[in-house]
Amino acid sequence: MDAAQLLNWVRGAGLQLAVFIFLLGTVWRLIEIYSLGRKPDLAEARHVSGASGWHTLWRRSIPIPGMMQRAGLTYIAGYGFHIGLAAVVLLFAPHIRLIHDLTGLSWPALPSPFVDLLAVMTLVAMLVVLAERLRQPVKRFLSTFEDWLTWAVTFLPVLTGYLAARHLLLPYTLTLSLHILSVEMLLVLLPFTKLFHAFTVWPSRWFNGDAHGRKGVAV
Amino acid sequence: MSKESGLLIANLARQGVSRRTFMKYCATLASLMALPPAAGRAFAEALAKAPRPSVIWLSFQECTGCTESITRSHAPTLEGLIFDSISLDYHHTLMAAAGEAAEAARAAAIKANWGKYLLVVDGSVPMKDGGVYSTIAGISNHDMLMATVKGAAAIVAVGTCAAFGGLPKAQPNPTGAVAISELVKDKPVVNIPGCPPIPVVMTGVLAHYLAFGTLPELDKLGRPLAFYGETIHDRCYRRPFYDQGKFAKTFDDEGARKGWCLFELGCKGPVTYNVCATTKWNDGTSFPIESGHGCLGCSEPNFWDAGGFYRALSMPAEPLKVAAKAVAIGAAVGVAVAFSNRTKKTAARTGHQTATLADLEK
Repeated sequence: MDAAQLLNWVRGAGLQLAVFIFLLGTVWRLIEIYSLGRKPDLAEARHVSGASGWHTLWRRSIPIPGMMQRAGLTYIAGYGFHIGLAAVVLLFAPHIRLIHDLTGLSWPALPSPFVDLLAVMTLVAMLVVLAERLRQPVKRFLSTFEDWLTWAVTFLPVLTGYLAARHLLLPYTLTLSLHILSVEMLLVLLPFTKLFHAFTVWPSRWFNGDAHGRKGVAV
Repeated sequence: MSKESGLLIANLARQGVSRRTFMKYCATLASLMALPPAAGRAFAEALAKAPRPSVIWLSFQECTGCTESITRSHAPTLEGLIFDSISLDYHHTLMAAAGEAAEAARAAAIKANWGKYLLVVDGSVPMKDGGVYSTIAGISNHDMLMATVKGAAAIVAVGTCAAFGGLPKAQPNPTGAVAISELVKDKPVVNIPGCPPIPVVMTGVLAHYLAFGTLPELDKLGRPLAFYGETIHDRCYRRPFYDQGKFAKTFDDEGARKGWCLFELGCKGPVTYNVCATTKWNDGTSFPIESGHGCLGCSEPNFWDAGGFYRALSMPAEPLKVAAKAVAIGAAVGVAVAFSNRTKKTAARTGHQTATLADLEK
């Protein structure tokens, strides 16, 4: 299979298959997770002022006091790559064209040179979090195969996308094919790994905050 | 088809081709095929001495466009004359004979030139249901090919159908069409894909074979490297616009009028290996991109199934057809798993036995 045949597959059958698995898995997991439910809380709810659930969305997003000094790199690199990733995926002109092509929706793009910068920032930040994970004994001990795998399938689309956009290293046909292929791997794995936090992170935070509120812990 | 013997040059001379014109043609061909400069003369000398080769041309599941391309490209040219100068002993469209006389001509040519004739094939071969979908004189394409291949020196698969299966092989491939190279394994096969192929590429390969007695160097898809060594995109005169990011967005916008790159309108130039951008068509007049239409990628395998012709290479080949189905199946699986979880929880609750202090002290 040469690059052109690979490109034909990834933008044809491969894409259909990946999107199929992604949508199927996502709907399945969302229904499964949110239908689990909790035991009814028979205790009378305590009253705290404010909407604890909504506050927690924000409070859990900022570092706990003192943690910035102890694990600043984790916060900065973590935020760096999450924000960079979101901007690169959603605000790069060719990606918006793709989304428009698939769904009819579109919005303004960031200038491509700026997206280039964000992509480099994302790559560097991801390498930093990987280095941290390898360097710190506790993190390394807690890491499983899934952690390394999810890091790789997140890193590869950014790397290949950057190479494709800048026409670096390999012929464009090949880098474009590898970029699309890596995104398809990400789509296939997302519903069935910890990457599913893309969907569950905000509802989970809201739920935790709300539960604390019921127990009288103001957040 | 006359079968008189004689040298190629004599035949050309009879048709009023001067030595100078012939030398020019050979030099052009040599440079086109990326042979060293001295090869032009060697080419001419060898070609001039070449005897008229016997050529058998078999047409299977095809549209005759390849024959049209080579015979009607632009008249009169040396390509056409060289084509005229071969001893074309069998060709449905071009031969005067019909019926049994035609088949007899094929049998006679095979016998007379056993082991020496060139076999040119256009069209794919249907393999499904015993090959009933295409027969000639009651003989299936497969049987005719195999019978004719046996005595051939080499096979030239002309056009994308013969080279890669082409349109007949496009999904769902109702006739079970296959390429010639899938059936012929023990003889050299040159693929000259294109829909149709460029005339000079066809005659260039014939001339190379006549002059040197060998087939030109091939790429891994069996195509002559001299003609299929670079992509359309690499040689396209609109390439600077691609590099500058200037793209026509529709066929009648300002970009289109200014001749900007057609990538976003679905041009397959970046992934298509052929020589259109340099030799051009219609006696060097232009080629599709020069006429304002993107490349379809017709010299690549399975180009019919590579998605819409007007969808950019970086876009999905076709709209998502699977979304609704995936959501429905996902919902069904989700509900089933949820139901199973609930059942487990209920079973755990009902099966729960309370332990008293007395039980623990037992």
